[in-house]
Amino acid sequence: MLEKAFLGERKYWIWLACLLGIMGLGFIMWLWQFRVGLGITGMSRDVSWGFYIGQFTYLVGVAAAGVMVVLPYYLHHYKAFGRITILAEFMAVGAVSMCLLFILVDLGNPVRALNVLLHPTPNSVLFWDMIVLNGYLFLNIFIGWNVLTAERKGAPPPNWIKPFIYISIPWAISIHTVTAYLYAGLPGRHFWLTAIMAPRFLASAFCAGPAILILLCLIVRKTTKFDPGKEQIQTLGSIVTYALILNVFFFVCELFTVFYSQIPGHMDHFHYLFFGHEGHGNLISLMWLAFVLMTAAIILLVIPACRRNEGILTVACVLTAIGTWIDKGFGLVVGGFVPNPLHEITEYWPTVPEALITLAVWSTGFLIITVLYKVATSVKEEVGGV
Amino acid sequence: MGMNRRKFLKIAGTSTLASAVKPAADALAGEKLGFTIPETLLHLFHKPTGFTPGEALTAKRWAMVVNVKNCPEGCKACTEVCHKVHNVPDAAKMESPRHEIKWIWHAKYDHVFPGQKHKHIEEALKKIPFVVLCNHCENPACVRVCPTKATFKRKDDGVVLMDMHRCIGCRFCMAACPFGARSFNWVDPRRFIKEEEQNREFPTRMKGVVEKCNFCAERLAKGQIPACVETCREATKKKGKEPALVFGDLEDPDSEVRQLLRSHYSLRRKPELGTNPNVYYIV
Repeated sequence: MLEKAFLGERKYWIWLACLLGIMGLGFIMWLWQFRVGLGITGMSRDVSWGFYIGQFTYLVGVAAAGVMVVLPYYLHHYKAFGRITILAEFMAVGAVSMCLLFILVDLGNPVRALNVLLHPTPNSVLFWDMIVLNGYLFLNIFIGWNVLTAERKGAPPPNWIKPFIYISIPWAISIHTVTAYLYAGLPGRHFWLTAIMAPRFLASAFCAGPAILILLCLIVRKTTKFDPGKEQIQTLGSIVTYALILNVFFFVCELFTVFYSQIPGHMDHFHYLFFGHEGHGNLISLMWLAFVLMTAAIILLVIPACRRNEGILTVACVLTAIGTWIDKGFGLVVGGFVPNPLHEITEYWPTVPEALITLAVWSTGFLIITVLYKVATSVKEEVGGV
Repeated sequence: MGMNRRKFLKIAGTSTLASAVKPAADALAGEKLGFTIPETLLHLFHKPTGFTPGEALTAKRWAMVVNVKNCPEGCKACTEVCHKVHNVPDAAKMESPRHEIKWIWHAKYDHVFPGQKHKHIEEALKKIPFVVLCNHCENPACVRVCPTKATFKRKDDGVVLMDMHRCIGCRFCMAACPFGARSFNWVDPRRFIKEEEQNREFPTRMKGVVEKCNFCAERLAKGQIPACVETCREATKKKGKEPALVFGDLEDPDSEVRQLLRSHYSLRRKPELGTNPNVYYIV
């Protein structure tokens, strides 16, 4: 089936060449980072995780698109989604691959990465995150590929694949939960030390993932002869609406606890992010932008006439993706480190090489998604007789 | 190298055990069993070179008392000696302040005890710099989160140590430490340490690993108290004061630290977090 990836139009190859170009540039930057150290990034003793871990956190959420399509189809027999499960699963493959790459580029000693396996440490949440992420990657490749192979042969998916599909559903929940637990169990970080963290991760995942999937479906419709379907996109739109509202609601719950209790250690991080703290406020405009974007998206999505208009839905999905990206991929990670445990302030901003490496990892993910989508849509076109 | 740092530290801690099992190990090494134990395992039971068990300072739980008012004004002797003997690069020489590494340093009361600050605090405390370092917690969050056991608490004496050869540089421990005690080598630290100023007795680090105060485990193994405590004794003596840093066994009721704690009101940093720090402050 993979041969389909090598038969593409000019535009397909130009797109791949662009991605490879960015990947090459980022790889050179990474070689520099490998040589000099993570000092080429904007991270510091006080803000010891930055852009890389932020992207990782966000993309774990994006991978959620998989389960949001698989669950209604397999557990509720919502037939319409049968048409796009493969797209959702392959998008999850790309997203989880990016997650793993972001962890790898963030390591001070990437050559020692296998120490996590050589000295397995179950009391570390990172150990479990490694297991759930790799497991989810495997499940999605394995299920996606087998179901697509069956579809190509005009046969129903083999029965033995069913248990894997059912396992993949709670497994998807686990990747968000475990990733949230990376943050939510650290005693001295009040910004993250909240039980709502895992639910917030789930909510932001279930809006960001399907929003990006809608955008990908629209691109697929434009660039191939396979149409993911109007109903499918509309249902995904409803999912984005509910999840985005929940995401903002959970955030409001957090705000209430923090600001009604008036505990300074808890409020300081929010002050820093939204109003600036002791004269420091690098992220103020970004954070407000995130919430303006998410609020605007909610308004567009809850009005049925707007949501049903695919043009407006597209805009809402772009707003959702960017808003949640700033909130989770930037504010959530950096905000936890400012102020530091001694209540001193060191600010963070990514450097150019750091941004280029980040862009290269994104490109790698999109390359994976493009190639897998090429295979999937080619099979769909072949089966559909177009 | 036959022995890495981690093994050395373990052996230093289990010296008594080592001498006890040595005869057994020697017997095992013989032909009696019909096979020989590999050299790598066997040497665990033998006395490491450059270390005599009898010399080591041992305790059930090492702890430090910082008697802050004894700290002479403007004195940075503890920081200077610690960073020198442990080959910690001078932050002033590094390209960016972001890359600073510190094991022991001074901070204001408001920052050391952020939950206890208020406007009308004793005048003297506002000015005094408080010595801060790794608390060698009884229940360390950094150890709990480390995915490779590169940071671990030594069972024998509660010292929280780092295996620089195992650390993958994920910096989870830095996020977990509620005291900001850990530093990361963002760049190669060796570039900032002059060859002639380097302490050959202690390893330099490579880029990409986390490090922190080790309660001078390498000195304890040789029967010496931590460098900061030793230097503090001299520095305070010159000023006619009692030492500001006191080190001892918290489990020994007659130790100097216990005597001080018994007779003074003391504080610990963020006790509400339950990490149970082993550094006490007498204000």
